[in-house]
Amino acid sequence: MKEIRFHGRGGQGTVVASVILAKAFFSAGYYVQTFPHFGVERRGAPVEAYLRLDKKKILIRSNVYNPDAVIVQDRKLLETADVTKGLKPGGWILINFPVRPENLEPFIGYKLAYVDATGIAVENNLGTHTHPMVNTAMTGAFSGILETLPLHAVTSAIQEEISVKPEQNVKAATLAFEAVACFGIVNQYNGVGKIEKQKNE
Amino acid sequence: MKQVMEGSHAASEAVRLAKVQVISAYPITPQTHIVEALAEYCENGTMDARFLCVESEHSALAAVISASTMGVRTFTATSSHGLALMHELLHWASGARLPIVMAEVNRALGPGWNIWADQTDSLAQRDTGWIQFYCEDGQEVFDTTLHAFRLAEWVNLPVMVIQDAFFLSHTLEPVDIPDQKQVDQFLPPFSSGVKLDTEKPCNMGQLTPPSIYMEMRQHIQMAMEQVSSCYSEVEKEFSALFDRQYGPVEPVACEDAEVILVVSGTIAGTCRSVISDLRSKGEKPGMLKIKMFRPFPADFVRRAVRAAKKVAVIDRNISFGAGGIFCQEVKSALYNMDPHPPVFGYIAGLGGRDVTPDSLEAIYWKTKKGDLLKGESTWVETQEVELKN
Repeated sequence: MKEIRFHGRGGQGTVVASVILAKAFFSAGYYVQTFPHFGVERRGAPVEAYLRLDKKKILIRSNVYNPDAVIVQDRKLLETADVTKGLKPGGWILINFPVRPENLEPFIGYKLAYVDATGIAVENNLGTHTHPMVNTAMTGAFSGILETLPLHAVTSAIQEEISVKPEQNVKAATLAFEAVACFGIVNQYNGVGKIEKQKNE
Repeated sequence: MKQVMEGSHAASEAVRLAKVQVISAYPITPQTHIVEALAEYCENGTMDARFLCVESEHSALAAVISASTMGVRTFTATSSHGLALMHELLHWASGARLPIVMAEVNRALGPGWNIWADQTDSLAQRDTGWIQFYCEDGQEVFDTTLHAFRLAEWVNLPVMVIQDAFFLSHTLEPVDIPDQKQVDQFLPPFSSGVKLDTEKPCNMGQLTPPSIYMEMRQHIQMAMEQVSSCYSEVEKEFSALFDRQYGPVEPVACEDAEVILVVSGTIAGTCRSVISDLRSKGEKPGMLKIKMFRPFPADFVRRAVRAAKKVAVIDRNISFGAGGIFCQEVKSALYNMDPHPPVFGYIAGLGGRDVTPDSLEAIYWKTKKGDLLKGESTWVETQEVELKN
């Protein structure tokens, strides 16, 4: 079983991103279970959502404490939320970052991938300059780092789930799929690291 | 076809396919998604039903009681304080022998204000004459809601189909939703033998003197006593069409179990994985999931735990001054069985506190190694709270 945690802010479509990926993994042959953090959502406040996937029926019904991957929709959350809390050593962090993060300190011990989801969202008129809707770009980028999740599964889940600007959202996911940059595991020595596009689970 | 959906919508889809004719409800978290979907279906013509908007849960149940008295298929949904507000009319619905189906999302009662999972709301209504089913996953919510209409209309008693807040109501997972034709085969249109009819005027619910009231109560009890066998018939027909069956209880690995964990709701899912982990380490745990709480399936419980050395009942609810409510029922079911295993009570997961695989494993070990405690129940994973003046 794999567990994924989503970090975002209320109003950014974080829960919708988790539902899109759940439906995409389901159509790719996985059993899925997804749920939001059970709390009271407020616009702009940090929110979390979770996704479990497995090849067999998922029985467990408790919260996710040790995810295999985290998806961070807003890089400012690095300052306010513990986004790597409980993340398994060597697990993926996919983060919305305009350029390669200069400070790799927060990512040591994990596989890092970044994508300029904000830029892609703005370019495709998703949301506004101050409140870009980055969720569909993030789901496309996640597909870009995993060989197990084909892009077409993500784009058809987007079409099913999102009624506003479906073409632009599919385009954002496709662009992010192509643009996502992946590091290997970040360690203290390759901290300045060279970027190698590598795909694995 | 299998679709990824939340527990709330599994309930709404069943209500749509059951061709319910009158729905009334008042929104309350975490139940709202159920009636939100149904209100849309009534509005856009997906359902040929009347959605009655009301100002409170008390009125919502009053509205469906009236509609049901006219002989149509009815549905309502609520949670926590909403259910508490319905209390008076819960008695009315069963006393009038109306086959109303309700989705109930288990949520804690305040204060402190809490929207999370806790079974105390529905268990506090155990004496109102409603049949109660507790569900483990989205598929079970869907299937049980369809069962509920058949059963309610057979025995003339209302049914609550209960799911845990968030852990089930807001959790999306694959649920197999059959097409209308298949559901129609299982659930024919409702036809009521006794109903209000303007062509043949009559009174219902009139003053009932001592000379007859008691027999009416006895008849409700007799109907409850038939539920088990009727439910088994309903399930047999359902499984012939859909190949899924649950039973009033489900024993898992109980035959040779030394310690049996008795659970209900979503904790049952987590418990299944714990049982198989412990089994793979050479331990002998078993699990008894209780799905039907009213009428209480005492015979089934006795048969399932007969050979166990110890029984641990895990309650996500509390009857203050007595302990866990499932635990009380299990104890009273076993009392006249000689010999019977000792029963350990655990209170866990109140107000949405997470019950993890580790929590359940700890309960297993504590029961296996421990002697019976003096108190009625052990509280799981609570913190020491310093009291200040």
